[in-house]
Amino acid sequence: MVLKAFFPTCCASADSGLLVGRWVPEQSSAVVLAVVHFPFIPIQVKELLAQVQQASQVGVTVLGTWCHRRQEPEESLGHFLEGLGAIFSHKPWFQLCRERGSKSWSCKATHWQGPTSHAASGEDQVMLIFYDQRKVLLSQLHPPAVLPDRQAGDTTASAGGLAAVFDTVARSEALFQSDRFDEGPVRLSHWQSEGVEASILVELAKWAAGPVCLLLACLLSLVSAASACRVFKLWPLSFIWSKLSTCEQLRHRLEQLTLIFSTRKAKNPAQLMRKANMLVSVLLDVALGLMLLSWLHRKDLIGQLADALIPVADHVAKELQHLLQWLMGAPAGLKMNRALDQVLGRFFLYHIHLWISYIHLMSPFIERILWHVGLSACLGLTVALSILSDIIALLTFHIYCFYVYGARLYCLKIHGLSSLWRLFRGKKWNVLRQRVDSCSYDLDQLFIGTLLFTILVFLLPTTALYYLVFTLLRLLVVTVQGLIHLLVDLINSLPLYSLGLRLCRPYRLAAGVKFRVLEHETGRPLRLLMQVSIACILPCSSKGLREPG
Amino acid sequence: MEDEQSFSDIYGGRLALQRRCYSPSCLEFCLSCPRITLRSLTAVTCTVWLAAYGLFTLCENSMILSAAIFITLLGLLGYLHFVKIDHETLLIIDSLGIQMTSSYASGKESTTFIEMGEVKDVVINEAIYMQKVIYYLCILLKDPVEPHGISQVVPLFQGGRRQDHLCIQQKVSLGDGGILASSGRQKVKDTFSFFNLMFSG
Repeated sequence: MVLKAFFPTCCASADSGLLVGRWVPEQSSAVVLAVVHFPFIPIQVKELLAQVQQASQVGVTVLGTWCHRRQEPEESLGHFLEGLGAIFSHKPWFQLCRERGSKSWSCKATHWQGPTSHAASGEDQVMLIFYDQRKVLLSQLHPPAVLPDRQAGDTTASAGGLAAVFDTVARSEALFQSDRFDEGPVRLSHWQSEGVEASILVELAKWAAGPVCLLLACLLSLVSAASACRVFKLWPLSFIWSKLSTCEQLRHRLEQLTLIFSTRKAKNPAQLMRKANMLVSVLLDVALGLMLLSWLHRKDLIGQLADALIPVADHVAKELQHLLQWLMGAPAGLKMNRALDQVLGRFFLYHIHLWISYIHLMSPFIERILWHVGLSACLGLTVALSILSDIIALLTFHIYCFYVYGARLYCLKIHGLSSLWRLFRGKKWNVLRQRVDSCSYDLDQLFIGTLLFTILVFLLPTTALYYLVFTLLRLLVVTVQGLIHLLVDLINSLPLYSLGLRLCRPYRLAAGVKFRVLEHETGRPLRLLMQVSIACILPCSSKGLREPG
Repeated sequence: MEDEQSFSDIYGGRLALQRRCYSPSCLEFCLSCPRITLRSLTAVTCTVWLAAYGLFTLCENSMILSAAIFITLLGLLGYLHFVKIDHETLLIIDSLGIQMTSSYASGKESTTFIEMGEVKDVVINEAIYMQKVIYYLCILLKDPVEPHGISQVVPLFQGGRRQDHLCIQQKVSLGDGGILASSGRQKVKDTFSFFNLMFSG
């Protein structure tokens, strides 16, 4: 296998020193993590590496030497560098070299056979692969930290291919804590040497998050304990709770908040992403809700809404009455059975009359109720929309009742018709065998059965028409409610954090890698640039690495 | 070292295959697809505009003409950005993996990298297209769950959408040696030896 050396781009301009990193024998690759500058004391370097190894479970060692010089090397430097190979013995020993200001690199890897060997024997072809340490660190393309069927102490021996490289870089954070400007015994160069990346706001937020999360988690657990108490599980209440979409939404919101403010840290990047998405959705929801609230209060829309509600309900009832009058006449030119028509029509008209009286009874309290409902928009726009959907359901309850009556009547009629039709043909439904069998009826049975069948058949158009009309009305109401629920679901489940990340920090959503061959001169090692490619939402960017499993 | 050969695809357009060897462990193949010709572009535009003009004489509504212009422009942009592949590159890096890049006519590049550890085998598949048999190169990927299974078949050098598999005609695959079997799939280490690949790992 060709020897590969993964070299961080930030160290390409660093001064000469030792290469520190991890050697992955299965891939024959050396992952260089940092450069230790001269002067150094070998004992201290070894101590630092032992500390890092203990802290991060990554086998960090000295891999070779790095030489960044102006002109041809002096003989003494050459021997000095080779002497280092004897102190920090590592197989294979890499010697990277770059001329200052030019693009020509050279790289040798030697296998120390013993004290008498010389560099010419056991030299291998080396491929240099440059990678951006910061992006690789943040792109999370490595396998999860703890797999369920492996012990905690097991390192990434089984991580295949490039995932091992990513994992090495990601787990070596302990190495990146001190750099060449620090006063310590060992001076390192790595991606943090350009300036340690941190944000004071993020640090403050992290520090404050602990107690805040604890407090909120306690509050939320109290709330969920209260809502889980036995009183709410009694039959009428539990039935009502299950039918109201507001309760559903409130429960969902409670779950979301519990997950966000739980004091357990996220185990893997996917969970962290989910938490972040939820937090951003909740914040957006609350912001939209507050905007709605301020808009409602600014124009005193609640009062106007309360005033308009009763006339609207009256108008709807009047329209329904007109519809029923139309049905009782000759709707669309069809001739209905007068008696049944009148009965059904009067029955439904009486219902509407009851409903209107009920609405008028409620009218003094409407404004108060609406005002309190408007306050619930503080909890989020989704809650307000759910309440709106529930109000619509309550106000159109009479349409729902009509639909149920019409449907039941129609259903009974159809059952009767099918059963009598079988009788008409001399057959019967065998319940035991679940099939239609022939049956011999008496003359009386046949006579009465046929009579009833005829009656039902001639009454069918009337019932069918009522059923059709009320089903369509019900469908209309259901469509409106469905649209509102769709909007609520959209706000609940849109992954805004991921979308934002895709726009602002696309390398965090990495989906793979791509390689580019850099300028190549004969006699020099092959140089490749490894770039992290972005996950695509739209089908227009790179696709990438296929992860094993 | 560079090497260029030209072939024709199943529709008769000209293809150029360029082979570049960066080092003994890194090879690149670049297949340039036939360009969009002025004749076809003019033909499509004229058809759309004639149809729009015909509709206009029927309906007397000038919006149809503007709509036709927009449709032509958007259609052309969409075709160049999503459909028309300019050239495809196959970069083979020993013991690292295989990278396939498709460059579209609008400049968009779509890259896929397959690690060497996931490649089970490279085969030439044959397909029957109309009245002839065409061959296409594809990579078989290992199934992580089942050691002898295949999880995916990745065709190389697609050159476009589903049915437009480029026919790398016999000239290519017979290059330096193996005659292909006429039935079934066949291991093509010899074909890849034509590509001078060291398939280790």
